Amino acid sequence: MNGLSALDRFLHTDPEDVGCGQAMELLHLYAELAATNAEAAAERYRGVAAHLRDCGPCKEDLEGLLAAMTEPRP
Amino acid sequence: MAVVRVRYVMPADPTTLDDGLDASSRLDPESAEWVRALTGSGAEREAAVVRLHELLLRVARGEVRRRSGLLRVDGPELDDLAHQAAADALLAITSKIGQFRGESRFSTWAYKFVIFEVSSKIGRHFWRRPQVPLEAEDWERLPDRFGLDPARESEWRELITALRRAVETELTDRQRQVFVEIVLNGVPLDALVARLGSNRNAVYKIMFDARRKLRTALAAHGYPHVNTSEQR
Repeated sequence: MNGLSALDRFLHTDPEDVGCGQAMELLHLYAELAATNAEAAAERYRGVAAHLRDCGPCKEDLEGLLAAMTEPRP
Repeated sequence: MAVVRVRYVMPADPTTLDDGLDASSRLDPESAEWVRALTGSGAEREAAVVRLHELLLRVARGEVRRRSGLLRVDGPELDDLAHQAAADALLAITSKIGQFRGESRFSTWAYKFVIFEVSSKIGRHFWRRPQVPLEAEDWERLPDRFGLDPARESEWRELITALRRAVETELTDRQRQVFVEIVLNGVPLDALVARLGSNRNAVYKIMFDARRKLRTALAAHGYPHVNTSEQR
């Protein structure tokens, strides 16, 4: 990605983006579906998926949650 | 300390949280056991709380390790952060156990709390590092933030100048402050949330509106690199 497309990507806003509040509320449901079928999760929770594409902190939380779910328990 | 107060209404997600089923009828056995023990009393509840804390601490430790590259801390300080996150998550979970509706496994729901606590504590930890003055608006940083090649400055200089003008003329004071701190100063969103005494949703919304305004302003001035279509 060149710099101009990075700037364009940064300025782009998705009208389906539900924001952090709703994404955080649904994140455990999204994660459980995404753990087995990422595409199904993005389709079932379109607004959350739109948000996760643009919000680094929420995306980081999803990755942390997925890591916790897949880590073997003692 | 400034507090951001924004009434934030994003478009609703097409999904709903409540499908009308009774929560107790859909709990998997492990989740049902957690709920039963944590909503009980006496020694059995205390034992469940201890087990849950151990689980949360393990997840918190894993998460701070996963993010340790961003923290520039290690050893006891990392472990202390994990302990704080696990303790606060435990309090949140035990106080909100009545809100668990069995739509996921209990463990996934519980892990979410500790992941959020780790994020929040990492955001606060940011300010314990040496900082550049936050009010400095160094626009020379902007090209680097977006990976713009200095050798091709003639291609982007005019756009960056227009962007700066739009930041100064189109944004509210609060939007400009958030733009400067996140984009120019490189402050992580959760760190800015901690500094403003706000929440992630409110600060994200401020930045969301700022991005939309800037895009509209640049497109109105005919900058070809700013695609006006909403869909990608």
